[in-house]
Order: sequence, then structure tokens, then C-alpha cells
Amino acid sequence: MRVTVTVNGEERIADDVWEGESLLYVLRERLGLPGAKNACEQGECGSCTVYLDGVPVCACLVAAGQAESRTVVTVEGLASDEGLHPVQQAFVECGAVQCGFCTPGLIVQTHALLAASEGVPSDLEIREALAGNLCRCTGYEKILDAVRQAAGRADG
Amino acid sequence: MREFEYVRAGEVGQAVAMVTADPETSYLAGGTTQLDLMKDGVLAPDRLVDITRLPLGGVTRDGDVLRVGALASMEELAADPTVAERLPFLREALLMGASPQLRNMATIGGNLLQRTRCRYFRDPAVSACNKRRRGTGCAAVQEVARMHAILGASEHCIALHPSDMAVALVALDAVVHLLGAGGSRSVPIREFYLLPGDTPDVENVLRHGELITAVEVPLLPPGARSTYLKVRDRASYEFALTSAAVALRIDGGVIGEARVAMGGVGTVPWRATTTEQMLEGSPPSPEVFAAAAELAITDPYVVPGTAFKVELAKRTVARALRTAATQGGPR
Ligand SMILES: Cc1cc2nc3c(=O)[nH]c(=O)nc-3n(C[C@H](O)[C@H](O)[C@H](O)COP(=O)(O)OP(=O)(O)OC[C@H]3O[C@@H](n4cnc5c(N)ncnc54)[C@H](O)[C@@H]3O)c2cc1C
Ligand code: SF4
Ligand code: FES
Ligand code: FES
Repeated sequence: MRVTVTVNGEERIADDVWEGESLLYVLRERLGLPGAKNACEQGECGSCTVYLDGVPVCACLVAAGQAESRTVVTVEGLASDEGLHPVQQAFVECGAVQCGFCTPGLIVQTHALLAASEGVPSDLEIREALAGNLCRCTGYEKILDAVRQAAGRADG
Repeated sequence: MREFEYVRAGEVGQAVAMVTADPETSYLAGGTTQLDLMKDGVLAPDRLVDITRLPLGGVTRDGDVLRVGALASMEELAADPTVAERLPFLREALLMGASPQLRNMATIGGNLLQRTRCRYFRDPAVSACNKRRRGTGCAAVQEVARMHAILGASEHCIALHPSDMAVALVALDAVVHLLGAGGSRSVPIREFYLLPGDTPDVENVLRHGELITAVEVPLLPPGARSTYLKVRDRASYEFALTSAAVALRIDGGVIGEARVAMGGVGTVPWRATTTEQMLEGSPPSPEVFAAAAELAITDPYVVPGTAFKVELAKRTVARALRTAATQGGPR
């Protein structure tokens, strides 16, 4: 089947898509966007997190056909010509990246958290917002530092 | 994953007709159960009918009833202002489930129909599972069990119904609206789920092809106190070991109305009716709560790995009652 999706502001077409492919597979293998990562493929780790119609989802559990005519933003869509997005910059500066596998999902989910927060999120709010993003390397401390910094917290 | 056909339904009647006509066709909503189990090879339909573009979303209030479209997401329902004001423990139950990403995807209809997390059910390499295939036995009873049920269970099946939301909805006497090829009907949620008996593959009264269109939830009376307590192996993003959804109306130092339901213990979301009866008319004291919680578990079916749940469930109910009475008030 053919799937047409707006990805990072551009209309993209994928042909010969098999029904069992996920949105994640289409993004990575057919549209050349390997940012979102494929780890568990079952909704458990969050490394495939992308925006679908403005809300973060696990792209591994979205059937390709379900994305038809919808709008996707991946981690590749967050940086601009001027450089990295402040969330990305904070992850770099705080040393929140080790192997990097969880990083794109965490960046998208953190981006969503900060966009939705009215004030500056507390540690508890950050932990809950990122509960579905598993990291096997960092022990999360540097990730929390990065989120606090991106949120503009004095202790960040 | 086996090959299958994908169809995007454009209209409700068409979707119902397509699924009804073919036993190997299933609905697809948020996909967080359906696609997950297809990847594991537990489910292998010939065709999926994607219902996510049907006009079955939205949350609307009509007097003292909230009407929740089957396609509303868990996040959407949790964010609804009426839920925050008049059903705070339903909001808690929703937000304690899964992760934000999954809650954005998962629909209310799909949540009610999510399948058990029994690891033998989810592993087709295990042959003994009466829920996957009737008459094959139950690996969980023979081998290691932990995240399993102690009420409504038997040697045929000890699988839990894992939904948190459904526990609160059972406490609230929500009503599930269904549409089938022959017309629509409404089923009280306590009659919706079926005890496994010796047919654990049959989980509810839904006929093949029947579509959940909406769930109606009666609001708690203004001033009611409620809480959802979820006890789990880690602080977040984990299924319940035990849980309790509790709502109390306290008038003049006496419990006028008590609604108590439990998760993590039953093959279906479990209403603790004898606990409720003891509470009603009694003063809201820790002693009364402890005594009422003792009644919450009667005739459990335990295996070595689940025996701890008997005491844990009672303590969960007692603590939830104390919390509701002291902190669960109008906010
Ligand atoms: C990693 C992980 C953690 C989770 N943690 C929790 C948790 O802590 N607490 C909790 O409660 N849940 C949890 N869940 C389960 C999650 O809430 C359910 O998977 C979700 O609610 C199912 O909704 P869906 O829209 O994705 O359903 P789908 O997967 O699309 O469908 C589920 C089933 O219902 C059928 N169906 C769907 N909609 C309808 C309808 N309207 N009418 C008739 N049939 C329909 C489908 O055919 C399918 O059989 C977790 C899931 C995952 C993957
Ligand atoms: S508890 Fe039920 S689902 Fe689990 S193995 Fe036994 S029969 Fe299957
Ligand atoms: S790859 Fe999607 S959640 Fe793990
Ligand atoms: S940096 Fe390796 S998984 Fe997070």
C-alpha cells in the first residue's frame, strides 16, 4: 500500500508498504529518518517516541496505515537552521547521552513535557513524564539535569 | 507477524458489518494491545478494521453523567475538567496506567478490552494456556505465578484483568454502550466482564463484531471523597500488584455511601460488596476501615506465588479508605 504522511513539515510518500509495518519502520527504513530508535518494538521503552498529530506516541505500535494523511514530527524536526533545539543542547551540555539509543525518544518526550508545562516542572512531574522512556546507561541523573536545565530551572 | 489485510473504516455501520461477517477480522483502535499481541504471535487475524477515524471520540457531560466516546484516549479523559472535579479517582487510575505516550494512543474502548499480562498467555511457545486455546491447561497454575488473580480464579485460569481504569469504572457502576449488526444495547460494566469458569477464552459479553461506542459514567455526588491506590513493584510505569478504587460519601460523621473496587486480585475488576455493606452506616474510623477491608477477600484461590496478595489486598483497601476519608476530599 501507499502511505502519505507529513513528516517534519514536508509531505512524504512511501510505496509498497506492507500492512504489518509500523510507522517507526516507515520512518526509518523508507523515509530515511533513523532518529527515532527501534529497541523493544512493543511500546515498553519509548525510544521510538515521535509526535503524531501533535502528541507523542510510540511509533512502533502505530500501524503504517494508521499514519495516512497525518502529521508526524521526529527528533530530526526539532533542530533548526540556527542549530540544536534547547532541549537537545541541554542533553549535550549535561552529559545526558551515553550510547545514545534512548536519547531521541527522551528529547521528543522532554520537548512535549516543556511545551505542555505551564510553570517549571518539578522533579516528580519530570519523572512521571519520562516514565515510559527507558535508559540502560546513564542512571537517569544526567538526564534529569538536562531536563531541569532545558526547563530553565535554577538548579538545572 | 502474520500477513493481514488493513482496512480503514469510513463509517460505523460499515465497520460493524465487516467485523461481524468474518470471525478472523478484528477491530484496531490505539493498537497498544492488538498490535503488541500480533507481534508476539498471540493474535493472528486475517484482517484489521481500523476504527480510529470514526466519530466515536469526545467526552461530554449530561447532568450527572459523563459520556465518554470509545475512541477518547486515556490522556484525553484524564484531562477532562469534569473528571478532575467529580471523578478524581478515575483520573488517578488513568494517570497511574502505562506511560504518557501509551496513554495518548490507548482508547477507552480498547482499555476495557485489553488482554491479560499473564506471561504464559503472551508466549505462544507455552502450550498450556486455556485462554489462548481452550482445553490445553494452565501453565501459570503449574509453574511460577505472581502477577495473577486470587479471586474468580480456578485451576483453569488465574489471569488478571490488568486495567486500572476499569477498577474505577466498576466502582462507579459505569454502563458500556455496544453496537452490533442487530442494533445497540447497553450493559452495566459489572455484567460486562465474565468470570473465566472453564472457558477463560471468553472474557466478556461482547459478541463478535459488536463495537463499544461509548461508556457512560455516573458522576460522584459533590463532596464525595475518593482515591485510587495502586501498589506496584516500582513507583511508576508498572502494572498493579494490588489496587483499590474507593469513593465515600460521609454525612454527619457516618458513611452514607461506599464504593470499593479492587484491581490486581480478580480475573475481572472486582467490586468489594461486603466491604461496602459494612462501611455504610458506620463511622469513618481506622478500626472500621480495617474490619471492612478484612471482608474484601473471601475464598481466594491461591498458588504459592500469589499467596501474598491476600494480606496485601486487604491492607491496600484499608489504606485507600483511610486516605479517601482524610485526604480524598473535594479539591
Ligand atoms: C508497556 C505497556 C504498559 C501498560 N501499562 C498499563 C497500566 O499500567 N495500566 C493499564 O490499565 N493499562 C496498561 N497498559 C494497557 C493499555 O492501557 C491498553 O493496551 C490500551 O488501553 C488498549 O487500548 P487501545 O486503544 O490501544 O486498544 P487496541 O490495542 O487497539 O485494542 C484492544 C482490543 O480491543 C478491541 N477493540 C478496541 N476498540 C474497540 C471498540 N471500540 N469496540 C470493540 N472492540 C474494540 C481490539 O480489537 C483489540 O482486541 C499498558 C500497555 C503497554 C503496552
Ligand atoms: S492463567 Fe490463564 S492466561 Fe495464564 S496460562 Fe493460565 S490459562 Fe493461560
Ligand atoms: S521501540 Fe517503541 S517503545 Fe520501544
Ligand atoms: S544512553 Fe544508552 S540507553 Fe540511554
